[in-house]
Amino acid sequence: MPTTVRVECTINDETREFLCEPRQSLLECLRDVLGLTGTKEGCNDGNCGSCTVMMDGRIVPSCLVLGVESQGSEITTIEGVARGSELHPLQTAFLESAALQCGICTPGFIVAAKALLDRNPRPDEHEIRLWLANNLCRCTGYDKIIRAVQQAAATLQEAK
Amino acid sequence: MSTQEYAVLGTRPVRHDGADKVTGRAIYGADIHLAGLLQGAILRSPHAHARIVRIDTRRAEALPGVKAVVTAADLAVSQDRIVDLGEGDTPLSYLRGNVLASGKVLYKGHAVAAVAAASLHVAEEAASLIDVEYEPLPCVLTTLDAMREDAPILHDGLRTTEFGEKTGRVSNVAEHFRHELGDVSAGFAEADVVVEHEFRTATVHQGYIEPHTATVLWNNDGRILVWCSTQGAFVVRDVTACILDVPVSRVKVTPLEIGGGFGGKIPVYLEPVAALLSKKSGRPVKITMTRRDVFEGTGPTPGSVIRVKMGARKDGRIVAAQAWMAYEAGAYPGAMVGPGAMCVFAAYDIANVVVDGFDVVVNKPSTAAYRAPGATNAAFATESVVDELAEKLGLDPLEFRLKNAAREGTRRADGPKYPRIGCVEVIEAMKNHPHYSAPLEGPNRGRGVAIGFWFNAGLPSSCTLSVNADGSVNLVEGSTDIGGTRTSVAMQAAEVLGIGAEDVRPEVADTDSVGFTAVTGGSRVTFATGWAAYEAAQDVVRQMKERAAKLWETDAASVTLDHGVFRSGDRSMTFRDLAARLGETGGPVTGRGAVNPRSAGGSFSGCIADVQVDPETGKVDVLRFTAVQDAGKAIHPAYVEGQMQGGSAQGIGWALNEEYHMSPDGAMQNASLLDYRMPTALDLPMIDTVIVEVPNPIHPFGVRGVGEANIVPPPATLANAIYHATGVRLRSLPMNPPAVAEAIWSKEG
Repeated sequence: MPTTVRVECTINDETREFLCEPRQSLLECLRDVLGLTGTKEGCNDGNCGSCTVMMDGRIVPSCLVLGVESQGSEITTIEGVARGSELHPLQTAFLESAALQCGICTPGFIVAAKALLDRNPRPDEHEIRLWLANNLCRCTGYDKIIRAVQQAAATLQEAK
Repeated sequence: MSTQEYAVLGTRPVRHDGADKVTGRAIYGADIHLAGLLQGAILRSPHAHARIVRIDTRRAEALPGVKAVVTAADLAVSQDRIVDLGEGDTPLSYLRGNVLASGKVLYKGHAVAAVAAASLHVAEEAASLIDVEYEPLPCVLTTLDAMREDAPILHDGLRTTEFGEKTGRVSNVAEHFRHELGDVSAGFAEADVVVEHEFRTATVHQGYIEPHTATVLWNNDGRILVWCSTQGAFVVRDVTACILDVPVSRVKVTPLEIGGGFGGKIPVYLEPVAALLSKKSGRPVKITMTRRDVFEGTGPTPGSVIRVKMGARKDGRIVAAQAWMAYEAGAYPGAMVGPGAMCVFAAYDIANVVVDGFDVVVNKPSTAAYRAPGATNAAFATESVVDELAEKLGLDPLEFRLKNAAREGTRRADGPKYPRIGCVEVIEAMKNHPHYSAPLEGPNRGRGVAIGFWFNAGLPSSCTLSVNADGSVNLVEGSTDIGGTRTSVAMQAAEVLGIGAEDVRPEVADTDSVGFTAVTGGSRVTFATGWAAYEAAQDVVRQMKERAAKLWETDAASVTLDHGVFRSGDRSMTFRDLAARLGETGGPVTGRGAVNPRSAGGSFSGCIADVQVDPETGKVDVLRFTAVQDAGKAIHPAYVEGQMQGGSAQGIGWALNEEYHMSPDGAMQNASLLDYRMPTALDLPMIDTVIVEVPNPIHPFGVRGVGEANIVPPPATLANAIYHATGVRLRSLPMNPPAVAEAIWSKEG
């Protein structure tokens, strides 16, 4: 009896096929099967936001999604945020605002913040804090992260 | 204040590892993958205190996919000795016993056995198939209970050391020490006002987002290769070698990017276990903790009971202070009461002081450092009492602190006399900040202030530089980078060389490739490793001057370097141009720096907070928060601000929410990030920062460590703010909604 299941989905605009065990999470599939280790594991129970990815237009903690559930879906991970060698304005803003210290939560924050700016290009401070309350950062006290998101929002507005 | 002009120091360049960290390319501890890699899982004790009667691993070993099972029986047996873990001495038997329990388990979560298998799921399943027979023993969970004569004893061989002497008395009190200065009875006799209270603080965790992880290959040549997430690659090397009883040269540690530490990633937990599994299986083995493992199996910082008594004269001078401090060490001695006792009155110039400290073992995880370890607990007590004294004397709380502030020449009760410090300047900056004089209107609102001190650490650091033909410089250092220190170290080399921060490429090397470097702890990296980089850069400058002299056929002593330009007489050449001519002037130039500063100068900090308290629910909202800290010289101001904001946020979490909820039988009830409630973005306001710069006289650029002092004042600041909002003084952490509501109800009767 086979112990793995074939899954086909789109990850960062590329069609990917992989085999996974039914008990493996999407997070495990991304990291251990597909080698996309930019998505981080902080708690494996949906409470820290480090493993946040976009799945069919929604942000999800990938540790709470089974690999087999990603069949046919469209997924964006941190590896898909930059366009080639060009950083996304959020990534640039995180660097310029010193919005990361250890950096382990950064991929989750950037994916989540991108989802926010995609649907609300001009969020106020409270809206940013509320949206990012699912993502824990223990280093920064959030101040510089909030400012980085505000800066990125401004940059994206200017580009329009 | 700092007046010197610098080209690089004080600017805010983008960190060298930045692009990798915003694109997901940076390789953290758990991201490493080796051919043939096995996954490990650890079986942990379900009891807080029990004798291990028997361990039967046969069912686990029989599970398909299992490659190795180990217990304490697989650990080397060698004579006990004292090992320096980087922030203090520890007996090897304790280190070994904490890695895999032998004879007894001392806390729920204590590692008992480990499995390596083809997949994590198989390893976890196999761990659950290990049969352990326990004989449960009564457990003891608090310092005061553990100090009772009839308390269950954790270590039959632990005899109390009292005032430096072995007493021969078996108890849970590992040590009782005392610091004395002046005559405290005479001091209190002189006081017009005396305030004395008992304070309690709960056990709290550092809460780094990345769980501990280690990958080890016990290679066929006998070398033990380690890839891990740690605050000190050399500590991992040395401790792993000690536990496995092999020479340090047999172990090579490659530190990968680290996802937070705050002191909690100094101790070694997984590496020796993964090494044993690798030796047994012949394959590389990775062990990554679950979040529950992190809470239950690694060191939080001690809970404490602190009694503080202080007396002051009507003229506002503090004349006597006394503290009784008992900290819970967890399962093995080493509560951070030593540093706590050094810091408890460290911000003040007081002539008569007595401090008694007690290091007490209890059936909880063995505690570890957490950002200014021991000092936050102590400041919560002292700064609450100081606030009350100021009120009783009718003095402004900052004026009162200023009147009594420690200065150059002040002697601390534990001995040292301060060199130039910035305590007064920090308090003055608080007073002058618009936050302090801003109106605060509305019911149930209050403003609080507090200050704090952390002495920081010196310790050894090494650094090498090599000059490239394009005028750039490669920098190799041994300090794992948790918050941007690669850049703050590189900037110090760049300043000396007269080149840009971006012209220096810093790299954190493995233990085979760089000289010994102590832990990333004690706020020491920008201070000590930065100093090593300064020395290495001076070494490069000396050699480059010789090269210029050779080209110009002159004496090296006549060559100067200013802003990256070498000059002698009317001849000049840029650093970059000279770098291109190293081949023709004698070959490569490399510089080396190695330092071992015995002290670090210390850093003071202070906070102002406005809160609003909901009298119905007891919930405290932080409306406005300002942090002030003496950085000596802020090398990269944005990273200094980041340290201040991060320490403030952790201090706010410690003050208002965080704690280990223990069941009576010693099980942590909230071992998840949902229930261990750390501050989210929604819980905090923006955190304003003021960097004070009183140069550290012992550092070439005046740097003071900035990583820790910022966590010291927040709990006391919030306690004082809550008092001014409600009229109720809370003397126990955390000040969570039930505690605050109950205090308000008690006051109202």
